[in-house]
Formats: sequence, structure tokens, C-alpha cells
Amino acid sequence: MSMADDTIDVRVLLFAGLREHLGRGEIVVRTANGSTPATLWPLVMAGSPPPAGLRHAVNGSWAQADHRLRDGDVVAMITAVSGG
Amino acid sequence: MIALSHAPLAVERVVAAVADPAHGGLGCFVGSTRAEPGPMPLVALHYEAYEVLARDELRHIAERLSREHGARIAIVHRLGRVAVGEVAVVVAASAPHRAEALAACSAAVEALKADVPIWKRTIRADGSGDWVGGPEMGAVTVPR
Repeated sequence: MSMADDTIDVRVLLFAGLREHLGRGEIVVRTANGSTPATLWPLVMAGSPPPAGLRHAVNGSWAQADHRLRDGDVVAMITAVSGG
Repeated sequence: MIALSHAPLAVERVVAAVADPAHGGLGCFVGSTRAEPGPMPLVALHYEAYEVLARDELRHIAERLSREHGARIAIVHRLGRVAVGEVAVVVAASAPHRAEALAACSAAVEALKADVPIWKRTIRADGSGDWVGGPEMGAVTVPR
């Protein structure tokens, strides 16, 4: 928990086009306690709606958009995949 | 065998990984970087992954389809730069009979393409390229 108990710090991982567009693969954001992966999006890409098919992982496992985050969590923003 | 590899893939090793004397059928899919001729031809694809989750997801796909089809499944995906003609992915599935082996192989390829956090970027002769299937990126404000 950060200094004030009403905020948490989370690491956001970015990949592919998102990573390239923002010029980095990781951002640390301080956000309100009770935040979810969905509420992080505007902090990562201000002014741009979440892309269709956006999925999330928390600490290396798939997570729902409304998953309640905790201080120190690592959140991956997974845009539409294109492997194979 | 479930793996992500920055080195060239050996198809025969992936096939050998699912060999089983009780399995009379084996299906194998080999995906390669396809040439796209034209004024600015494609020279390679670049693959990137969220490696921890990609390996987990590949493992889950293999386990689920093994149960559903009574198959043994191996999946290996290349990362980094994969030149035209080089192998990017190998999926092999063996089962007692051909129908299950082919079905398991096909289902694994489809699941990989739908759910595994791997992304590819085209690389053209002049160095330009795009992320395949990714979102359009508008103007953004980068946080401090």
C-alpha cells in the first residue's frame, strides 16, 4: 500500500502495438484502492477507448476486467492476439 | 513438449515428442512465414509474446485437447524475427486413430491463434511494417 491507504501502485505490462505506441513495455501507475484492470485503461491510454477484444492478466494469469486489484499487482493489457 | 523458442524450430523433434506405440495416427501442422510479393515485399515476421502466460496457455490447450481427444500434443512457437520460408510454429498431435489426431492438431492450432498472447509484426523490404490484427492507435497521452 502506498503512503495514503486509499491508493495502490500497480505495474502495467504492454505488448506489441500498444508497447510500441507508448514507447515502453511497462508503466507503474498509482491508482485508487478498489481499481480494476478496466479502470486502469484510461490511465494508460488517455482519451482512447479500450480496443475491441482487450483482455487482462493479473500476476501472470487471466483475470476479468472487474478483478479487484491489490497493491503491487502486475497487470498485462492483452490486445487481440495474432500468433501462429 | 510445450515451448517458445528464439532459435529455428526442428519439426522432427516436435513430431518425435508425441510418438507413442499405442498411437497409430499423427497429425502435424507447420506454419511458416509466407511471402507477400509486391512493390514492398514481406521479408520476415517478428513475433513477441507475454511469455509466462503464453507458455501457461499453450500448456492448458494441450492438456484440454489431450483429454478431449485421447491425444498427445506438442506445440512449439518461434519468437523474434522469422524470415520468409522459416518455420514459425509446429503443432503435432498423436492419437490411436487418425480422426482424433487430426482433430486435436487442428483444434490446437485454432486455440493457439485465438487465445495465446503472441503477436506478430510484418517486416517489409524497406523496414516498414505493422502489427497484425492489433488496434488502431490514435493520439495518446503518455502518463508522467
